[in-house]
Amino acid sequence: MFVAWWVRSAGSKSLYFPPLESIVKALWTQWVTGPARADLSSSLEHLIAGYAIACVAGIGLGMALWALRYAREATSPYLYFLYVLPAPVLVPAAMTLFGIGFSMKVVLIAFAALWPTLLNTLDGMRGVDAVKLDTSRVLGLPRWRNALQVVLPAAGPQIVAGLRNSLQVAIILMVVSEWEASTDGIGYYIVSAQQSFDYVGMWSGIIVLAIIGVVANLLFVVAENRVLHWHYGARAVEGGTR
Amino acid sequence: MTTALVPVVSLVNVRKVYGGAAGPRTALADITFDVARGEFVCVVGPSGAGKTTLLRCLAGLMPPTSGEALFEGTPLRCVPEGIGVVFQDYSRSLFPWLTVARNVDLPLRVRGMGRAGRAARVAEVLASVGLADAGRQYPWQLSGGMQQRVAIARALAYRPDLLLMDEPFASVDAQTRFELEDLILRVRADFGVTVVFVTHDIDESVYLADRVVVLSRSPGVVSEIVDITLPRPRDQLATKRDPAFARFREHLLSLVMTR
Repeated sequence: MFVAWWVRSAGSKSLYFPPLESIVKALWTQWVTGPARADLSSSLEHLIAGYAIACVAGIGLGMALWALRYAREATSPYLYFLYVLPAPVLVPAAMTLFGIGFSMKVVLIAFAALWPTLLNTLDGMRGVDAVKLDTSRVLGLPRWRNALQVVLPAAGPQIVAGLRNSLQVAIILMVVSEWEASTDGIGYYIVSAQQSFDYVGMWSGIIVLAIIGVVANLLFVVAENRVLHWHYGARAVEGGTR
Repeated sequence: MTTALVPVVSLVNVRKVYGGAAGPRTALADITFDVARGEFVCVVGPSGAGKTTLLRCLAGLMPPTSGEALFEGTPLRCVPEGIGVVFQDYSRSLFPWLTVARNVDLPLRVRGMGRAGRAARVAEVLASVGLADAGRQYPWQLSGGMQQRVAIARALAYRPDLLLMDEPFASVDAQTRFELEDLILRVRADFGVTVVFVTHDIDESVYLADRVVVLSRSPGVVSEIVDITLPRPRDQLATKRDPAFARFREHLLSLVMTR
């Protein structure tokens, strides 16, 4: 596909679809050595900070709601309401509350990315096999050990699925928050390039986003395989004997 | 009264009724029997006789609706430290995120044993079930029979007075089953543990037990308690060839099949 794009676009005079060659050059001159580096690093800072907060808070709150039945029952309708709310509509509200600085973007990313992790943690922990819970009781595990050493790892695969969704949401919100309310960042760069008819720059920004998505997913998969190696190992064995 | 005379298990008119949308369902109607220290008691009965319910009451996982379940003279309110349980489905009872050694180690950690003592104990119980070299593997890397051995080792690790087993060999092949039966007889002798063993397999109950408690079809009551007077040590070939084995087998079968 990449080759096809390169060949088809070579020598293109179209303003909207510039040659891939010039886009790749722009990647280097703008994003690696040039002024857009600041945009890249600012976006990544928002993404990493927001996603990290979402992960920690999502798992932490999920565990808390699992442990506290009354809190869970009292909050569950609101949780699902917030979960189904499309996060980008919160941009105006977040701007009003936090201005357009670093904290607004981080809060927005964290808030939007929180829900998949939180709800998957809660569902995963509630759905743990009854035999595992019986075993835990029989072995005499106190509450905290049961939570951390049995229920949490048993819910691991589902929690990781939540973390993966959260990552997608975090990347989307990173860009969206920069379109609407920003003076830097990749999203801001793409929009301002488009508005100033710099289509080479616009395309280069889109490619940078794609690269971020791919790299983030790769890192995620590496981490996932380390944490859940037992899960995939066990699943492979089951598949083999069937 | 010395502790040796207090039964390890004492069930007095135990009754268990499950509430449900379709109305209450009686799983155990009236169960009374004792298990003496060091005894090997099998509980058999047709499916639906409440065998698993009985075991859960014995383990303290579930309170009876009425009557008393006593462990060493004390009513069971929760799972006491001195009881080990082996469930039927090893793939669900073992923790797949822990290695074999760490699965066995977990109850010892809970009990606050020192590191060196734990390592020695883990090695000892794994060796006693014939898995001395499997400690670093994960349970799912082992065969079904070996996984159930891990579960047995884990239940024995903290030296329980009572070992409860819920159809532990129902999901392994026949060959492995015989090996595990002999294994459990051997560890029972080594560790001096009292065993209550639930099974639906009449042959297995005769082969293993000192006494067999026969439950009748639902609602569960004890229809008879049979003393198995076969000599020990038992042997898969010699014991099963004994005419007395066939008589016990036939008697139990007739009890289970009636009605």
